[in-house]
Amino acid sequence: MQDNVKPSTYGGLSKQLLMSRGAQRYQRLGTLAGRSILTIIASSSLIALLFIFYFIIRDAIPFFRIEGFKEFFTSTRWYPSREEAEFGALSIFVGSGLVTLGAIVVAVPLGVLAALCLSDILPFSLRQVAKPVIEMLAAIPSVVYGFFALVVFAPLMQERGGGLLSVGAWLILAPLAVIAVVVLSDVTTTRFSQRARVPGRIGLGITFGGLIAFGLVQLTHFLSGLSIISGTNALNTSVILGIMALPTVVSVSEDALNAVGRELREGSYALGATRAETLLRVVVPAARSGILAAVILGVMRAVGETMVVWMASGNASKIPSPWFNYLEPIRTLTATIAGDMGEADHVTGSARYHVLFAMALSLLAFAFISNLVSELIVRRARKVGG
Amino acid sequence: MSKLRIALAVFTMFTFSAVLMATDVLAEKQTKIIIDGSTTVGPIAKAFAEYYMSMHTDVNVTISESGSGNGAKSLINGVCDIADMSRFMKLNEYKAAIEKGVTPVAHVVAMDGIAIIVHPSNPVGKLTVEQVRDIYMGKITSWKQIGGSDVAIVMISRDTNSGTYESFEKLVMKKEKIAENAEYVGSNGAIRQRVQSTKAAIGYVGLGFVDRTVKALEINGVYPDPSTVASGVYPVARPLFMFTNGYPKLGSHLFSFVTLYLTPKGQEIVEEIGFVPITRYEYD
Repeated sequence: MQDNVKPSTYGGLSKQLLMSRGAQRYQRLGTLAGRSILTIIASSSLIALLFIFYFIIRDAIPFFRIEGFKEFFTSTRWYPSREEAEFGALSIFVGSGLVTLGAIVVAVPLGVLAALCLSDILPFSLRQVAKPVIEMLAAIPSVVYGFFALVVFAPLMQERGGGLLSVGAWLILAPLAVIAVVVLSDVTTTRFSQRARVPGRIGLGITFGGLIAFGLVQLTHFLSGLSIISGTNALNTSVILGIMALPTVVSVSEDALNAVGRELREGSYALGATRAETLLRVVVPAARSGILAAVILGVMRAVGETMVVWMASGNASKIPSPWFNYLEPIRTLTATIAGDMGEADHVTGSARYHVLFAMALSLLAFAFISNLVSELIVRRARKVGG
Repeated sequence: MSKLRIALAVFTMFTFSAVLMATDVLAEKQTKIIIDGSTTVGPIAKAFAEYYMSMHTDVNVTISESGSGNGAKSLINGVCDIADMSRFMKLNEYKAAIEKGVTPVAHVVAMDGIAIIVHPSNPVGKLTVEQVRDIYMGKITSWKQIGGSDVAIVMISRDTNSGTYESFEKLVMKKEKIAENAEYVGSNGAIRQRVQSTKAAIGYVGLGFVDRTVKALEINGVYPDPSTVASGVYPVARPLFMFTNGYPKLGSHLFSFVTLYLTPKGQEIVEEIGFVPITRYEYD
């Protein structure tokens, strides 16, 4: 074989088609070097994650060594700055859980329905307008949300608390009531004869409608009578956190719904299903795992939010009585870490410094586990659904 | 690369290093004073610094406000020259300082009163220290029990990393625990904002934060104003400190800065911010 073959001009490549041993070795080395550099760059995020885990675990362990596990997880008395300090974080864990639950209740129904609207119901031109508007919610800085919650929403709740609650209840329950009346009157008249069906439906519809309207009016009266003493409470925080988690839930759910594909929808219509039946019984169950992943992402957003809860939740380390009383102030893990970091210092106050790392470790563990669960769900669905 | 690009690159590098050297030379002529510590004393330090730097252009004062505890830590580690603190140094801070060869010296630059504030529409106008303590302990839960309307009291406190909180704990709570349902906010301004928008709220702020939107209560019969605070008649008053490592060398810039509070101009600055100069102790 001749070594000095003319360089091939095939496609403008500059390498010779037949290379010497040395040239081959050189090229192999170059490939290896390139691959290693790219691998290192790509794994830098993994390395950063490992670093974070290592340093947080390293600084959290001393707290458990000094104070033990029992008080931290079971006591509700949080007095870190006193001389005989008490580090009972149970009320703080409960507070985090309450606002996350509230945020889910606000964000998931709204978000999944909005995603359903965006993917299946709205005409294309409206969708082009609606999607950017929802995504703009994600662009607002969290401190602006917190400021709004503290300066606008909290005084509003204090001055017109009952009114606000009853308006909110109406907004949520009235559409549901209309749907319920229609569905109920439909279902109960299926056994009627053909001629009696329409008057039956109307009659039963009016009866059901009257009953439900009466119930709603009673509820409104009860809610208007409530007076919210302190506007910085769990409800305030939950609503704002729900609005913050909304864009995440909507985007991921919409992706999941779109990924279901036209064939499934067309098949369902071909079998004679109505639009509602297609959406509720074919499309949504098919996108189930993606929607669950969206919910878990929304949960993680709500759990990790610091500025809003620091400003708007009241920061009272107390479990509300009863536990579902959202009108009382609560304290979350993130706000405690942010609030206590300044004075808790390494040289002079050991347990007070390390307890914050213990809280950070709990948050990390929760995020890690929920991320893992979400991954497993999506992966299993991919295997099964295809 | 073309010759033009190489020339441009070399020129940029030269200018860059020249600028670096110039600023380095300038910087060496300046005396630096680094201050860290309390968010309450911070405004005083900043105002002093602005005045002092305008009088002496070869001095550069940098101020951070990361909390009294952090200020003490910085002084102990030799990172700062002055530690602003709204409370005195704790015993274990002194111990750590001695171990590192630092001898903290306290300079009282101003007096601060902690005013107990309520909403302007609240009929209650005076309380005793014990009543305030009982409110924050949760023993008194309704305004009706102390002469107001029948509404539950909303207690608002500063977060535990604040010097204002520690002074309140020492002067009012006196070792008793604050009730579980007290709300915590992050700054003097936040307490004022909460109290002015919540009719049933009670909170505490530094004297300089009392304005027309909130009402300050008489405590033990004494109304918080500059003369009652400086003379110590108002019970919830505290000195504001600047700690240095040993007494600063006489005639140095650090010495002049730290003794600014004794000059008429320094007292004027302190009053403008809303604190009380320690020289105003005549009470009639």
